[in-house]
Amino acid sequence: MTKTISLRFNRKQLCIPYAAFLILFVICPLLVIIYFAFTDGTGKFTFDNLVNFFSNTNTLGTLLNSIAIAVVTTIVCLAIAYPVAYILARSKFKRKYVLLMLLVLPMWINFTLRITALKEILSAIEGNLAMYPFLNTVIGMTYDFLPFMILPLYTSLSKLDKSLTEAAEDLGANGFTVFMRVVLPLSVPGIISGVTMVLLPSMTNYVVLDMLYNSTYIMGSLIGSFFAVYDWNNGSMISLILLIIIFIITLVTNRFTNDSETTGRNLL
Amino acid sequence: MKIAKKVSAVVWLVLVLAFIYIPILLLAVYSFTDATMVGATIDGFTFKNYITLFENEELRGMIGGTVLLALGSALIAAILGTLGAIGSFYSKRTAKNLINYANQIPVVNADVVTGFSLCVLLIVLLGIDKDTFVPLVAGHVVLCTPFVYLSVMPRLKQMDNNLYEAALDLGATPAQALIKVVIPQLLPGILSGFMLAVTLSLDDYFITTYTKPPTFDTISTYVVNATKGGQTDIKTALWALSTIIFLIVVIVVVLMNVLSRKKKSQEARI
Repeated sequence: MTKTISLRFNRKQLCIPYAAFLILFVICPLLVIIYFAFTDGTGKFTFDNLVNFFSNTNTLGTLLNSIAIAVVTTIVCLAIAYPVAYILARSKFKRKYVLLMLLVLPMWINFTLRITALKEILSAIEGNLAMYPFLNTVIGMTYDFLPFMILPLYTSLSKLDKSLTEAAEDLGANGFTVFMRVVLPLSVPGIISGVTMVLLPSMTNYVVLDMLYNSTYIMGSLIGSFFAVYDWNNGSMISLILLIIIFIITLVTNRFTNDSETTGRNLL
Repeated sequence: MKIAKKVSAVVWLVLVLAFIYIPILLLAVYSFTDATMVGATIDGFTFKNYITLFENEELRGMIGGTVLLALGSALIAAILGTLGAIGSFYSKRTAKNLINYANQIPVVNADVVTGFSLCVLLIVLLGIDKDTFVPLVAGHVVLCTPFVYLSVMPRLKQMDNNLYEAALDLGATPAQALIKVVIPQLLPGILSGFMLAVTLSLDDYFITTYTKPPTFDTISTYVVNATKGGQTDIKTALWALSTIIFLIVVIVVVLMNVLSRKKKSQEARI
């Protein structure tokens, strides 16, 4: 017995390097961000950075703008990806994994190169890219994040038990009712995980916009521009605000997935 | 009605595939021409862009650096994440939960915030020189390790715990039991974590920008700078790079699929 106990102890110790790494490179940076967000250049405590953000119409506008872009991009991705995932999950086509692979394959190509390709074709179509900033932003983000929406949706739809939809049909539900009352509720976990994969990056991935010669500003661009002028304090404040948004999104989505699990269980 | 449904399903899939692939394929076609803009009339094909890509030292160095950084960080992440997963799996619940939560932070956090916060801590506060590559590698390891940890965890749950105990009873030291019994059981998880780590590192822009030495570029940062610059021969050479990466990804995906199908059919036969 003593032997196993001492060896158990040994195995536990294996996590010490990673735990130390997490403290040093994950927890500490976040604490430092909080410290910098509430101090000025000389290290004195101040609320100036917070006031700066919420009293400036530009930064507030940027926050609203990035929320708008994120919401529209997420809806567009969902509207494109849901039918795709649904068609694939229900199809009896033998080689459908090839189609799935084709749909998610771009995930593994460097996103800056993919956006280069998109930029070239958009400029060929539109001429001047600066003409349609909002439209181009949404197209660029959708192009970048679509595979991340398709994959979780497909995973959750393909796990869906066929006997449930068959039972609903036998009980007299028409196609629309089956979809609304059976398929859609059961695919909520997939929707939620797809939405989280798209919502946050489309608030912060400002490179997509930069590459499309877009003057639109999102939250990520603010961090980029404070970084460029070595303004660590205001940059930290933006990071902190983003962290709070991320925290709220995580809380909400966790609740949603738990709820849907219970409703799924009730349904069964 | 049924036919209409089928047709609209096919049309939708074709439209989405066209949206995804027309830009990539068109860029691939134009990478074999003299044209400096997609949409220009094509008058003959040439390998000029591919020659520039392989002869230009800056481009070669940039690609080599990107790959080296990805493999190096993925290797560190694979070791750190695997040990972390084993350790936390056998730890008490509190410690395990704490590590699980901390591991989740870089996964849900925006890369911009991860990169910026690491920059503020390591470069601004601690004054570590960017040229040492320490902030850059640390940043990429932060990005990758959580995914190794997450892909090793399910394997640990599936593993028969008695195997380790049996190895110890048969006289193996804990280190031997770990290397000869536990690690081989976890290998598929470690490998898929490693692959994921490589692709994450190759794709990263934000963490790299905030932590890299000024003279070092990865594919992502280089491409972004090149779109802003006016050098057309570099710009079109990057089209060639895009095409090559596309082909590599296609080949790797096809190979992995063929291999996993073979393995599955072998398992089915057994």
